Amino acid sequence: MTNQILLSGFGGQGILFAGKFLAYDGLIEEREVSWLPSYGPEMRGGTCNCSVIFSDKKIGSPIVSNPDILIAMNLPSLDKFESAAVPGAKIFVDSSLIDRKVGRDDVEAYYIPATRIASDENLSGLANMIMIGHMIKKTGIMTFENVERAMKKLVPAKKQNLIELNIKAVELGYNY
Amino acid sequence: MIVFEKPKSLTDAQLHYCPGCTHGIIHRLVAEVIDELGIEGKTIGIAPVGCSVFAYNYFTCDMIEAAHGRAPAVATGVKRSNPDNIVFTYQGDGDLAAIGTAETVHSAARGENITIIFVNNAIYGMTGGQMAPTTLPGQVTQTSPYGRDPKAVGLPVKVCELLQNVDGATYLERVAVNNVKNVKNAKKAIKKAFMNQIEGKGFSLVEVLSTCPTNWGLKPDKALEWLEEKMIPYYPLGVYKDKTAEKEGE
Amino acid sequence: MAEKVLMKGNEALAEAAIMAGCRHYFGYPITPQTEVAAYMAKRMPLIGGTFLQAESEIAAINMVYGAAAAGKRAMTSSSSPGISLKSEGISYLAGCDLPALIVNVQRGGPGLGGIQPSQSDYFQATKGGGHGDFHLIVLAPASVQEMVNLTFKGFDLADKYRMPAMLLSDGTMGQMMEPVSLDVDEIKQYDKSSWACTGTKCEREHHIINSLIIDPDELEKYNFERFERYAKIEAEEAMHDEYRMEDAEICIVAYGVAARVSQNAIDKAREQGIKVGMIRPITLWPFPKAALNAAADKVKTFISVELSMGQMIEDIELATRCKKPVLLCNRVGGMIPTTEDILNSIAKANSVGGDK
Repeated sequence: MTNQILLSGFGGQGILFAGKFLAYDGLIEEREVSWLPSYGPEMRGGTCNCSVIFSDKKIGSPIVSNPDILIAMNLPSLDKFESAAVPGAKIFVDSSLIDRKVGRDDVEAYYIPATRIASDENLSGLANMIMIGHMIKKTGIMTFENVERAMKKLVPAKKQNLIELNIKAVELGYNY
Repeated sequence: MIVFEKPKSLTDAQLHYCPGCTHGIIHRLVAEVIDELGIEGKTIGIAPVGCSVFAYNYFTCDMIEAAHGRAPAVATGVKRSNPDNIVFTYQGDGDLAAIGTAETVHSAARGENITIIFVNNAIYGMTGGQMAPTTLPGQVTQTSPYGRDPKAVGLPVKVCELLQNVDGATYLERVAVNNVKNVKNAKKAIKKAFMNQIEGKGFSLVEVLSTCPTNWGLKPDKALEWLEEKMIPYYPLGVYKDKTAEKEGE
Repeated sequence: MAEKVLMKGNEALAEAAIMAGCRHYFGYPITPQTEVAAYMAKRMPLIGGTFLQAESEIAAINMVYGAAAAGKRAMTSSSSPGISLKSEGISYLAGCDLPALIVNVQRGGPGLGGIQPSQSDYFQATKGGGHGDFHLIVLAPASVQEMVNLTFKGFDLADKYRMPAMLLSDGTMGQMMEPVSLDVDEIKQYDKSSWACTGTKCEREHHIINSLIIDPDELEKYNFERFERYAKIEAEEAMHDEYRMEDAEICIVAYGVAARVSQNAIDKAREQGIKVGMIRPITLWPFPKAALNAAADKVKTFISVELSMGQMIEDIELATRCKKPVLLCNRVGGMIPTTEDILNSIAKANSVGGDK
């Protein structure tokens, strides 16, 4: 069983952080996992994406070119990667920033206004984790029990406040 | 009774320098200082590329030959990994003030606790007498056959004056070895530059005006006169910076 | 066994260097290796080590030269254009028989090139990369775990043979995170007291670290001696890994990220019934010649998968004595061959193989 996850958006949305959060779940579960960011100047304000792979066997390429799970947090990301997703892929769209629907009918599309929810709930900047929460609910690739464990591995204990806020964001997405 | 002997810190190897060249005097001064300070066993010298490239054969302390201009970087690596060692570089004008300018300026800026002996003879000696960054205006060399033309190639680099403005440097002095009085002063300056390091005071550089009779095309005695008459007016002797004195004076 | 941690390749290699006893790091910022310097800047002051950001790549490698001459484990890291600047110092390290580790997290070139992953410094790394006759031990990690293991190994081999070693990585390996175990072997100690410059204590003859040997007779002798050592390394230290080679008729040769993508292509091709496997060099110098030559008697075709314009392919042809055709599957400039690119080459190899 292998999951090829692609997270995509613009710099500052916490795309890489969200990817790392997933990667820590892989670590906890002792699965093979890889995390690969796009890097360079484009990270600073331009488009940004991140490949995360889970597998039960040794991972070959760490680059996700044909995701079975796609998280798109801005329109250029959806435009760029929608066609690359495999048939049957699950595509998660931040509908507060992307006003079009997924065009393909051989994939499952999920829409969640993550950025608006984040802003309504005073969780500005945590739309990424709302997307993640919704995604793990719909795909089952991560158990809810692991959310707190993974978050504690990712965020230093001295930033307890951040841990709580991030978990709250994941919950909001999970229960959406 | 022995009244005069070779410093212990010089090996028995015969120096390869040309007759009348003052490198030998400067080597001797460095060796005498090492002897007097009793630091031979913990001193590490860095030799340059240039006439004094073989310096590694002449000092009895451990020696490292550096690539052209890189001696201060090599000295930094040695000193940072073994801070208890006393580390000095011995460099010529092409090495220190042309190809190694960046290493010189930045080791000073960092205030590396090292000692630099900078031998300025206004010419590239080893390669046969080409124009150096310190060649005087009008001076004839193989690559300035009509005399150094400031309009075409600019004016000499005055190292002490340049480093004076680098805040990290601790001690800068220009000396010469063309007469007994100057030689004595030169030794005092070199000793201070080593003492500063021993006391952890930081970057010290002594610029020593030196002769190159062969490539200047002068007899040894005339070369000493030329140094006095041409070089010293352009490169005035003296202390250019001494943070240790400032502190004492405060 | 220690619990696995999730680390970026660049950070993992930096931690591995510290675990290998390296306390002296000298570097200069350049993408995509900057995390190594940042990690060292954080860690070294806490463990009594040296982190120094030099004024240039040239100064950095010469600081490594100084620390290595003083008998210390020292390293620097850079990316392609910076390695060109270090080439002078690397040649001096080789000429003085000094151990050190140089990390190249490769990016596209030539010139300023780009910042995306590349393997186009293969020739530079494996054929010397500076003036004069010399080699570096070149290690090519294909996972974050190997970033750790081969950094450790690099320091060991450098000390063992008194020569510089290079970790030849790329932007992908440097930037990716994977679970990694930081369990490493015990550090082997090598006696450096016969040559290191640590001060004579007035108890011994002075040591001279030097590569200037004016007498041609003598310089030739040094070169011959160095190459006798190289011959021993070629005989004993070549490392490679094999993937699905048991019955392979097509053999992919790839290292680093190219090997990772090739693994996907091999699995897919196998599903289609094509017998393809991979020999992955772990050391690029010494090149695993014997393994490739042996494979040449079994397989029909080789494919060199590279992020360069056909550099490693020359070593494959030499190692296999051109017994079988070698195809090239490559992308450059920061592009990485896709699984499809490699599958296309496999299909091609399947049709042309066995002619020779």
